Parts: sequence; structure tokens; C-alpha cells
Amino acid sequence: MSELDYLAPPTVEDAVRALAAGGGSAKVLGGGTDLLVQLRAGRIKPGVIVDLKRIPGAIGVREEAGGFVIGAATPGAVIGEHAGLVGAWPGVVEAANLIGSTQVQGRASLAGNLCNASPAADSVPAMIAAGATCLVVGPAGRREIPVEQVAVGPGRTSLAADEFVLEIRLPARPQRSGDAYLRSIPRTEMDIAVVGAGVALTLDAAGTVTAARVALGAVAPTALLVPEAGAAIVGTPLDETALEALDAAARAAARPISDKRGTADYRIKIAGVLARRAAAIAYRRAADQGRGGRA
Amino acid sequence: MTDVMDRPALKVVGTRPIRPDGVDKVTGRAQFGADFHLPGMLVGKIKRSPHAHARIVSIDTRKARALAGVKAVITAADLPDLASQEYEAGESASNLRDLSQNCMARDKALYQGHALAAVAAVSAQVADEALDLIEVVYEVLPHVIDVEAAMEPSAPVLHAHLFTEGLAERPATASNIAKVNRLGRGDLEAGFGEADVVVQGRYTTKAVHQGYIEPHACVAQVSQDGQCQVWSSSQGQFMVRTYCAKILGLEIADIRVTPAEIGGGFGGKTTVYLEPLALALSRQSGHPVKMVMTREEVFRATGPTSGAVIEVKLGAKQDGTIVAADVVLKYQAGAFPGSPVGAGSMTALAAYDIPNVAITGYDVVTNSPKVAAYRAPGAPISAFGVESAIDDLARELGMDPIVLREKNGVVSGVKAVYGPTYRDIGYLETLKAIKDHPHYAAPLGPNQGRGVAVGFWFNVGGESTAAVHVNEDGSAVVVTGNPDIGGSRASMAMMAAEVLGLPVEQVRPIVADTASIGFSMLTGGSRTTFATGMAVTQAAGKIVEDVKRRAALIWDTTVDKVAWESGQAVCLDATKSAVKPLTLAAIAAQAGRTGGPISAEVSLNAQGAGPGFAVHLCDVEIDRETGHVTVVRYTAAQDVGRAIHPAYVEGQIQGGVAQGVGWALNEEYIFDADGQMENAGFLDYRVPVASDLPMIDAVLVEVPNPRHPFGAKGVGEAPIVPPLAAVANAVRDALGVRMCDLPLSPPKIRAVVDGLAS
Ligand SMILES: Cc1cc2nc3c(=O)[nH]c(=O)nc-3n(C[C@H](O)[C@H](O)[C@H](O)COP(=O)(O)OP(=O)(O)OC[C@H]3O[C@@H](n4cnc5c(N)ncnc54)[C@H](O)[C@@H]3O)c2cc1C
Repeated sequence: MSELDYLAPPTVEDAVRALAAGGGSAKVLGGGTDLLVQLRAGRIKPGVIVDLKRIPGAIGVREEAGGFVIGAATPGAVIGEHAGLVGAWPGVVEAANLIGSTQVQGRASLAGNLCNASPAADSVPAMIAAGATCLVVGPAGRREIPVEQVAVGPGRTSLAADEFVLEIRLPARPQRSGDAYLRSIPRTEMDIAVVGAGVALTLDAAGTVTAARVALGAVAPTALLVPEAGAAIVGTPLDETALEALDAAARAAARPISDKRGTADYRIKIAGVLARRAAAIAYRRAADQGRGGRA
Repeated sequence: MTDVMDRPALKVVGTRPIRPDGVDKVTGRAQFGADFHLPGMLVGKIKRSPHAHARIVSIDTRKARALAGVKAVITAADLPDLASQEYEAGESASNLRDLSQNCMARDKALYQGHALAAVAAVSAQVADEALDLIEVVYEVLPHVIDVEAAMEPSAPVLHAHLFTEGLAERPATASNIAKVNRLGRGDLEAGFGEADVVVQGRYTTKAVHQGYIEPHACVAQVSQDGQCQVWSSSQGQFMVRTYCAKILGLEIADIRVTPAEIGGGFGGKTTVYLEPLALALSRQSGHPVKMVMTREEVFRATGPTSGAVIEVKLGAKQDGTIVAADVVLKYQAGAFPGSPVGAGSMTALAAYDIPNVAITGYDVVTNSPKVAAYRAPGAPISAFGVESAIDDLARELGMDPIVLREKNGVVSGVKAVYGPTYRDIGYLETLKAIKDHPHYAAPLGPNQGRGVAVGFWFNVGGESTAAVHVNEDGSAVVVTGNPDIGGSRASMAMMAAEVLGLPVEQVRPIVADTASIGFSMLTGGSRTTFATGMAVTQAAGKIVEDVKRRAALIWDTTVDKVAWESGQAVCLDATKSAVKPLTLAAIAAQAGRTGGPISAEVSLNAQGAGPGFAVHLCDVEIDRETGHVTVVRYTAAQDVGRAIHPAYVEGQIQGGVAQGVGWALNEEYIFDADGQMENAGFLDYRVPVASDLPMIDAVLVEVPNPRHPFGAKGVGEAPIVPPLAAVANAVRDALGVRMCDLPLSPPKIRAVVDGLAS
């Protein structure tokens, strides 16, 4: 009969050792809202589960050099209660808080959402747009990589079997900046994104977009950073022409499949719609902030 | 019969006490099907077909039997091979052979998920390993799921023995069309000849599941002397007992079934899937066996309702008089005959008084799970087509949709298309309730639309038993044989309390096992408050007669000198002016001296259930870019006869609307090219969540049913009939385009909007 071990190592080093010892059959546990579901459904059969939650700092948000460091197993509920983070990166927070329900929010983490590597993961486009990075630890030490380099395909990451994400890092928010995330689901909650779009942008004093990052979810095997979409609005006051160009660039980048959750044609159109709408919200947030909101 | 209706003031009926089963349900104490445990209990699991249609060449269970910890393995060979036989159990007829073969496939697997074998083992892990060790050799056959494709002469035939019933001549070849049924009157051709305006449409719906939260679950135990016990979640413990006896060839007296608390059924638990298998596994192993379906199994192997094609043609005069209606209904039955197309046909035009009518229904077998009853079985589907066409007709005529329905609406004395003459119906009153509601005149916002639709459901009566026992302190217990799905315990207690003159808190309602109360048909057909409520009321009435007799004994007078007022016996004998009224408690305290315990039981076959009419009004708002439809306002009026517990009647209406809105907007069985269901889980099978719906305004119209002691009519099913069309008609209003294919999911709406632009 198959056996399953559970370990909750107290240090990073112990966790790395446990993963290495487990070989390919070890699985990292964050909140478990993906992992336990997959386990129960028989989709994965790990030999050992390595729970990160006992590692000091794994749960919690701290400010560092104007930016934010989010422990790998920090649940959505904690993220949503961090006033500094909510003020600086509302798009990332709203994406994290969209995940599941109140119950799921008590567990679900950004790192888990990222490492589960679903193309439809909600927080990932928002993190990519925000320029988030993650700190990966393993036997060879630590490395910091952009969020968009983690997922390489549905359910697959660039991490080695004995590596894990220790922290998600968000940069200091530039002045007059705002971000936003929107997803399209047939229902109003408890659903999986048919398309997701994250936008982060920065304005100058006159309201012209000086920098923009646009990322799309659920329209390709991994979340996409779409530089053309960002470029489409840089140098504009996000007027109707710019929004049209953004819409077109997002559609051009989307290469979804047709499945039970939506046709490719529909997803492409919605990618444009959501990019446009998310950009408008991000713009408003940036402008509000420029008008004497928090600096 | 105790007729309490004329009494001026009802003290309990019509109030809103807290339900007696409520606390246990909200605190997690209630014992649902999966909560029952016995010492030494094994875990039973089912091996299911991965193919939508396959001949079972062989099943080799030897390796599974040899696995340590496996205590029993069964296949269809362990069940009697039953002959084809229609059997009436509860509210609908089932063919026993089909029922047995749906529980366990014999010869052929007819849908993906069809049970082939079952094991009982010491743990879930061992049971799972044993399932993997069962070797099945299949000859995969071509399959057919779409209803019209299945009707084609060239379609793969599911059952070589199935010849279409209802044709003038017995056909020469087997067919997937199990039955053609026709209803009608008048002269259709002449009717359309008189018409100034003709509208027609072809509408489709997808198979949808009842979506009860609690998966099927049971525990079964067979003793060495053959005594069988079952604890299970179902809509009727007597139905479970009957079907287990028939499928296993047992005596009914040897089976005792105890109903668990039920976590939703909506018609889907009016049949058996697990109980006979659990009994067979227990018989073989000598241990109690528990079986609990996963959600995936519930979707793949238990009854959804039919996907269907509905064709409607209506002819009317310029003044709005509908002169002819031609309706064709094609319903998927799933793997065995028995779609609800009969009820769909009978209800289709039940709200309309039309002289020339033809309704043709096709019951079609398909390689999908056998359909089970789903709340007003068949009616929402035909109503979707008819009410969409009526809406188009109103537009064509330039008439208000309610005025058009009033003009053609049935009233008491009119003969329904399906046969009987209506009595004491409140359809026009219900239409008026919506017409007069502020919602009907409220302005609409941009991208919003409004739709009206009506629905009809028969409601049934039938066989029920109820017992009332007065306790030593004068409180009472009400015992029935009907699982409480929609708050019926509360209603039973209230009706008894009303008659006995007790506060409702002093009446404890319980749902008893099959050995502890007389036969009762299952909870379905919106029958319990009507039929079982009648038995409860009559039993309470017998108690009143009994205690009056006892009071007369105590007072040494005659029973005609005793009145029952406000829960006490009052002496009318002028010669006994000194005696004080006797409460139930006072009489109960002396029961030993007046004839012993006070109790009464009534068994009856309740006749005269009043049909229900529902009129719904729905506002939607459309996001033209994403294709999302949001229901922004919903008002549902219904003739409920008399609401025994108004809050639970409103709850029934709101629940029916919620399910209907899900059916209209998002729910559907999605099959891939191999006939595998692609969305067998609540993530991709999208029932509405709370935030998808506005607060649904339930308007109770009370036109009493004189054949029930308190005037009750069934209320649970009518509210799911109109929403499909109410939503679709609102979308039509908002978009300017008639959409005929459910669900109205965002990609379809967006495609229509794109079509308008180009
Ligand atoms: C009811 C329900 C609703 C949901 N709704 C949504 C939704 O709306 N949107 C959405 O995007 N998701 C949704 N999900 C999925 C899930 O909740 C999210 O993906 C969540 O963010 C996962 O986080 P977790 O901490 O629970 O991850 P876990 O389940 O613990 O882990 C997920 C995967 O990532 C790996 N992993 C976890 N942490 C690390 C780490 N630090 N380093 C390396 N690998 C790691 C695990 O081994 C596992 O493979 C839902 C799930 C449920 C059960």
C-alpha cells in the first residue's frame, strides 16, 4: 500500500534537505488548497509532503527598502489586511483576494498560486504586471527570478525538485503609479478565470503614461507578459485611441485554446476587453495617487 | 375530516416559527447519509465504465478478490437477472430490469460511469486498489448522446430489445426512440387557418444535474438470518425498501430502511444507486458496508434531467386569441427509457385555453446517465420553448405579455389539455399579482431587459401515514414517513399544533424508519405538505375526539357536551358549572384512568391536490463586451393555496428560481467526442453561487385548496418551471435578438452582439 509522509521542517535548510531526500516524490505544501485537492482526486501521489509553514517568515508581509517581502505561505487573508501592501499594490492584492472563497483565503498563498502553474492562476498576471520577483532556495543557495520565469507550462515550473520559493518580492511602487487586475468568469465567484488581465502603469505629472506592464492569464500555456500591450499605451494619456491599441495588442498576443471554459475566439476578444478595463482602473488609481493620495 | 379552514383565526398555521431541524443543521450535528458508522464497517466502492458505449466481454475479479483486505466483490452476476417489468413505487413508474441494470451493468455499459462491479474492503485505499485489479475486457461501440442524432435510423442502437411504443404499428427494427406520445384536441390545420399571426421556434436545452450538495450515501447491513438494514439519504425510505427488495429478490419484511437527514434531492433521490449494491456486498462479506459517492460519480452516474429539443408553433388572431398550438418535444432519457417527456407534454400548454392543440413527445435513449426526476420533471424544458414563443407572439401582436396570457389563461371549469377540469385554481390571480407589482412598471436601465414567463405543475397527493402521540405532560410527537427536504417537519408540527391547540414548540416532529410508521410514498411531486399534512391533521383530529371523550368521562357527561377550544376541553353541560376546562396536559396526566395512552394513526390516499401556477418577472443586464448576463431583479408570484409556513414556501420559490437561473445561464453537461463528461465537478458545472443572484422577491398568492384541511397546495416544483424562459425573454428584450439555445453563456451572448455589429 502507498504511504505518505508529512514533514514540517523548522528551517529553510531542513526543508531543502527534506526535498532533496524525497527526490521527485516530494511535494511542497503551502496553503494546500491546490495540493490537497489534487491529492484527494488521485491526480498526484507524492511520497512526502514538506510543509513550509513552520519556517520563520513563511507567513507574513514585511516592508523592505520601500518594497514588500511576502512569505511563501502567507494566506490571502493576511495579504488583504496589510494596509501598506493594499495601498501600494492594490491590483496584486485584489488578484490574491479573488482566489476562492473566505475559507480558501485563510490558506491560499501567492507562491502556491504561482507554483501550481495553472495558466489561469489569478494572482500571477497581477504579480507579473507589478514586476514581482521570487526568491528561490535550493541546495545551491538562493536566486531571485522574475515571476514570469517560474511557470513553463500547465502544471510545470522551472524549479528543480529540491527547490522552492521562499519569498515573493514586490518592488517599491514608483510615484503616480497604479495597478489593477480583472478576470472574466461565468459566475461572480468560486470560478476559474476564462481570461485574466493585470496592468501596472506609471504617469507623469501631466497624466501621460510613462511606463506600463500588461500581463494576461488563461490565454496561453503560461501567464503572458505582453510588452507590445504596455508599449501601446506608453506616451499616451490613455485616451480612446490608446485603449484601442492596447485592446488590439492584447488580442494579438493571446493564443488560447478552445475548451469547456470558453472558445479561443471568445477568449481573445475578452483579453482585449479586460486589458482595456484594467488599464483604465490602474490609470485612475495612479492619477488619484498623483492628486495627493499616498506618495 | 377535520376542517379547520373555516375557523376564523389560525394561531399557528401561517406563522414563521424556527424549524425544528434547524439547529442541528446549522451546527453540523445533523446526521446525513455519510455520517452513519457501524462497528466493523467496510468501505464499498464501484468500478465504472470508462466508455460511453461498450459490450462487456468479460469481467475478471480474481485478482481483486485475492487482495488482502478485500471482503467482497460483486458484479451483475450476483444480482438476479430481472425480467422487464414496470413497477410503481412512489410517484413514478420504473422498469425493474432497467433499474437493476442501471445499478449494475449487465452485458453492456451504456454510459461513461456506468457501474460494472463493486468491492467492499477494510479501507478506502484497499478498495481503490481492488478496483484497479478488476480486469474488464470491452468491445467499444459507437455511441450517441445528442437527442436528434439518437433518433436517426442510422444511430447506434442502445437496446436491441427496444421497439418504439406508441406508433400505429409495431416497428420492425429496434430504435432509440422508446416511445412517442401524443396529446391534443381540435383541428390543428383549421386552427392555423384561422390565425392572423403565426410564430414558431426551435429551442434546445442541455442536460442539467439537480446539483444537490450531499452525494448519495448509505450504510447497509445484512445479518446472518437475512435481516437487512439500510441507512441512507433518499427522498423515500419506503421507495428504497421496495427497490432493494425487487432488485435483490428479498422479502419486504426482511428490510428495514432508516432515512438519514437529506442534503438535497430535487427529485434526484427518488431512485436507488448504491443501496442494493451495499446490501449485496454486506451479504457476501458479513460486514456492514458503507458507500459514499464522490461528486464526480454523482455527475457521471446519477440522474441529470434531459437535454432536449422543443419545437413550438403558435397561431393567434389579431385580438390575441390563440387558436392553434403545435408542440414537438424530444427528450433525452439517458441509458434507459423514461425521460420526463410525458409530464413535459402535459404541462406544456396547461396554462392556456387553446381549442386546437397537438403535442408530440419523443422519449429517446442516449449514451448518457439515465435521467432522474428533477423538480417538476420535464416541465421547465417544454415551458422554455412555449413561453419563449408566447413572448414572441406578444411582440408580434404588440400586446402586453401578461394581457396576452390573461386573455388565453385557464380558469376553474376549463378542461386542461392533459385531461382534467380545473378546480379552485389561482392562475389569473397570480398573473394579476405580477401585473400589479411595482417591479412590472419599474424603469429599466441601459443594457437591461425584462422578461415574463409562467409555469404549471400538477402537484400530487397519494399514500401517506402519520401518527400523533400525546406525551404524559401533554406535549406531542408527530411521526411521518416522509424525509424532510424543504421544511416539512416544521409544517407537520404546525398543522398538528394548530389542531391540538398546542404551541408549536411542544410538538416534536420525527421522520421514522420503515418499520416504525405505515407506508408513505416518497417526498416528491410536491405532495408532502398536502398529503402527509392531511394525514397529520386527521390524526390530530382523532386525538381531539379522543380527549373530548376522556373529558366527558372525567366530568361524567356526554361527549356532545364537550367542546375543544384553544387547546382545552370545555364543558358545555349546564349541570356541571363548577368544572374548569381541561388542558391537554391535564387530560394526559390522567390518561391511565381514561383508557390508556393517547395516540392516533391515520393512513390515507390523499386525493384532490391543487395544481400550482407560477408567474415570474425577471430583469437582466447584459455586458455587451464580455457577454455576461446578470439577473438584476427577480419577482416570482405563485398560487400556493395556503402557506402553512410562509418563510419555507418563499424558500421553495427562491430555490426553484435559483436552480432555473442556473439552467438558463450556465449549467450544462459537456461531453467530449468520446462521450466522456468533461465537467464532472462543481468548478466547471456551474450552479449559481449566492452572489450571482439578487434577493428573489417571492409573492405568495393564496387561493385555498378546499380539499386540504388548511387549503395547502404543493409549492416546491412550480417555481422552477418559468425561470428558463423568464431569463431568455429578458435577454431577448435587452438584446433585441431571440436566443433559443440554453445555456445563455457569455461566449454565446458575445457572439450575438458581434453578429449585431457586423
Ligand atoms: C474552492 C477553491 C477555489 C479556488 N479558486 C481559485 C481562484 O479563484 N483563482 C485561482 O487562481 N486559484 C483558485 N484556487 C486554487 C488555489 O486556491 C490557488 O492556486 C492557491 O493560491 C494555491 O495556494 P496554496 O498556498 O494553497 O498552494 P498549495 O496547494 O499548497 O500548493 C500548490 C502547488 O504549488 C506548490 N507549492 C506551494 N508552495 C510552494 C513554494 N513556496 N515553492 C514551490 N512550490 C510550492 C505545491 O507543491 C503545489 O504543487 C481555488 C481552489 C479551491 C479549492
